[in-house]
Amino acid sequence: MIRLHPTALALLSFAAALVLWQAIVTVGHVAPYLVPGPIAIAQAFWADAAGLLRALLATLSVTVAALIAAMILGVLLAAAMSASRWARAAIEPWAVILQVTPVVAVAPLIIVWIGDPFSAMVVCATVVAFFPVFSNTAAGLAATPQDLLDLFRLNGATSRQEVMLLRLPAAIPYFLAGLRVSGGLALVGAVVAEFVTGAGGVASGLAFRILEAGYRLQTARMFAALALLSGAGLAINAALGLLSRRVLGRFA
Amino acid sequence: MLRLTAICKQFPGGTLALDKISLTIQDNDFLVLLGPSGCGKSTLLRLIAGLEPPSAGSIDWTGQPPAPGEIGYVFQDATLMPWATALQNVALPLRLRAAPDAEARARAALAQVGLADFAHARPKTLSGGMRMRVSIARALVSRPRLLLMDEPFAALDEFTRHRLQDECLSLAASLGCTTIFVTHSLYEAAYLASRVVLMSPRPGRIARELAGAAPTDRTRTGAEFNARVQVLSDAVQALHLPSDVTE
Repeated sequence: MIRLHPTALALLSFAAALVLWQAIVTVGHVAPYLVPGPIAIAQAFWADAAGLLRALLATLSVTVAALIAAMILGVLLAAAMSASRWARAAIEPWAVILQVTPVVAVAPLIIVWIGDPFSAMVVCATVVAFFPVFSNTAAGLAATPQDLLDLFRLNGATSRQEVMLLRLPAAIPYFLAGLRVSGGLALVGAVVAEFVTGAGGVASGLAFRILEAGYRLQTARMFAALALLSGAGLAINAALGLLSRRVLGRFA
Repeated sequence: MLRLTAICKQFPGGTLALDKISLTIQDNDFLVLLGPSGCGKSTLLRLIAGLEPPSAGSIDWTGQPPAPGEIGYVFQDATLMPWATALQNVALPLRLRAAPDAEARARAALAQVGLADFAHARPKTLSGGMRMRVSIARALVSRPRLLLMDEPFAALDEFTRHRLQDECLSLAASLGCTTIFVTHSLYEAAYLASRVVLMSPRPGRIARELAGAAPTDRTRTGAEFNARVQVLSDAVQALHLPSDVTE
């Protein structure tokens, strides 16, 4: 029996699924506006590759901006919480409220408050992406090994030294795990924000292209945009996975 | 060096961990605290280190109380920072006080425990015994007056444990460092101690104090060693403890 690399196996099964899909659509004469086959989807992509890629870029710029904002906010607030009980009491309830409130419901308010569509979308996506990186970093900062904390105290470490030399480095594996989840959520948040703002025009993102194609019954184009979104999600996940493996090799 | 007078420690839950512990520690003692799990040995070390205050009683130092770095502490696990090299881990106590020559002194301490060639190794690439050596080097790098060791070799195999016991004795002797060593092994106590303090559990009390070996008379075999183990064993029997005290 031939032993295949897991990646090769995954690609092979993906290709087989595409072939099967195309076969069912072709043999069954399925209406293309209901379920288009992979070939029709590829054609729809090539028909407006530049437009769709521009839309992808717009969505990705919201995603990346939101992820960076979520990362900075999450780490700062988690650090504040770990430094003071008062800060914890002040921050934690709001973080949980923000987490449990559906962003779709808050988004119209954010759009009213922030006129600029790009900024409004970044804020929406940040709200979605914020919690995992925040709560994981907070958990990591709280889980510093007691023996090492004792060792720092025995040697007269200042609280600044304790945070910079011990708590933060010890929290990095937790932070990375949270960042990976937040990366996926930032994309989700960006798409939701685009749906809610419904921002059209040249600078609009993939979610808007999906809505637009849906109104026009261009189902193949919807699928093409969807495939780009999935690809973007996979790429973000892979990039953050690579980052955490590189860094974890050093920190854990 | 240090006198404990009627030390009590009650935890917030109400558990009395230590009950009226009075103990004098002389300079250059190698004092072994022997007792079963849960008898408050580790708690007593933490109190001596000043990591927790006693609920009652007093700890009086002869002369100045120890400054930061004058107490070395070795935990049951090596508790190294996984992101730092062996050298950085050993240098930590000096770095925290911005002491001069931190790196050179850390290298010397690593050499003392036989790890001169592993300065840039990360903890996860070292064996359990080597990690414990790094931990000992870190405790000794600041030239402590008092070395506190909390069951440091309990998780190591017997070959490594014997070697580390010997190295530990010679390092403590050459640095002139008073040592308090916690263990639940009769054999370890019989081998290492210049003085054994036997503790009984719940609440932790001092059951007996026994003389240990003379520094010149450290063997793991022979009539004298066996006699010391026998004396400790009899003393432990007299506590009416469950039979799991010995290893």
